[in-house]
Amino acid sequence: MAFLRKAKMKRKLNIGVTALNAIDSPGPGVPVIRALREAESFDVNIIGLSYESLEPGIYMHDLVNKTYHIPYPSSGMDALMYRLNYIHEKEKLDVIIPNFDAELFSFMKLSDKLKDMGIHTFLPTIPQFEERHKHNLPEFGEKYGLNVPKSKAIYDPVEIQSIAGEYSYPIVVKGKFYDASIAYNYEQAKSYYNKISAKWGLPIIIQEFVHGTEFNVTGLGDGNGNTIAAVPMRKQYITDKGKAWGGITVDDKRMLDLTDKFISQSKWRGAFELELIKAQDNEFYILEINPRIPAWIYLAVGVGQNIPEALVNLALGEKVYPFTSFDVGKMFIRYSWDMIVDRSEFEQISVQGEL
Amino acid sequence: MKLKPNIAVSESGFVFNPATGESFTLNPIGAEIIAKIHEGLDYSEISEWVKKEYTTDEATFERDFNDFVGQLKINGLFEKSKNEEKA
Repeated sequence: MAFLRKAKMKRKLNIGVTALNAIDSPGPGVPVIRALREAESFDVNIIGLSYESLEPGIYMHDLVNKTYHIPYPSSGMDALMYRLNYIHEKEKLDVIIPNFDAELFSFMKLSDKLKDMGIHTFLPTIPQFEERHKHNLPEFGEKYGLNVPKSKAIYDPVEIQSIAGEYSYPIVVKGKFYDASIAYNYEQAKSYYNKISAKWGLPIIIQEFVHGTEFNVTGLGDGNGNTIAAVPMRKQYITDKGKAWGGITVDDKRMLDLTDKFISQSKWRGAFELELIKAQDNEFYILEINPRIPAWIYLAVGVGQNIPEALVNLALGEKVYPFTSFDVGKMFIRYSWDMIVDRSEFEQISVQGEL
Repeated sequence: MKLKPNIAVSESGFVFNPATGESFTLNPIGAEIIAKIHEGLDYSEISEWVKKEYTTDEATFERDFNDFVGQLKINGLFEKSKNEEKA
């Protein structure tokens, strides 16, 4: 009988995580970090990668060990690579999990260079990333046999009139990366076009409005057509930005079948979120495919599928077995929390770019 | 007259549909009637039971019961009959 057994040491990984913001459209960074800290297969040293000094995750020292500012995607890939080199020298990063749509392209482009440095990622391929873009969604749906609402990408508000004639109002006016508003007439649509294009650029996507109930699925594809994880959730409380502020896991085989079909057909690599609507004809339509972990990811962790942990193991080239179940009827209820922060910390991240 | 098999009903009258994520609350008599439906009682058996336990007449109960069952059907908590499926 072994009275004394040597405690098994878990390996410690240095993981860089972006999207530490928490405005009314919160970033997934903090919930991703919570998931990583609960991982059973490794311990973590979390390196926050921030864009602005007021991202709350920077100041959550029990979750984030150290944070570095990184340049905005508009600064170009060279600037990002230069900064990541500096951070890597100090922190010896094993994995980076980028969580913003707008930064994904840069990280995908740099993934080979990062790998040469010993930094692993697990991201969609560039063709996968491109073909699921909002403005390519109708072609994507047709190619893979998935229901999607009608939509068109436009570069001039004049085009709204003819599209609205085809779809009939209301219509949904969407930005390239973020933001969506429902317009009930031409004046509203034009106003949203101007507002959203000023923020996110062109094209603007005009989408047919589908009445129904909103569901989301978050999941993980291994890049070979296999589903590693999939958790469907019904939005219970929706903010005026359309974000779920409360949700509940549901057991609907059709949503899981649709997710399997999406992954197997596209051979999706990485985490994703499917935004679905169950229309009055009882069919599910894909409104958007977000090529990253969603902000509500901690619900998936809470029901038994630690997707960020599985993603890290895939990034490191390890064998990951698919999750086969999750708890149905578990809810997430989001809240905001005011932290008290000393000015000196704000000063340090603002002036030195690291904290 | 049958609840969908996956519908969860608690003694407190909380009803959860795991396929849609919707939840509902029943008043005490609604919860009792659901329990009777769950046990497999038919309309006449439930009617007899309600009239014995509560002060009501057949016409009032029939109207309220049909209204209740209609709401359960609208909210997708009941199995559809073969005729309804064809329709």
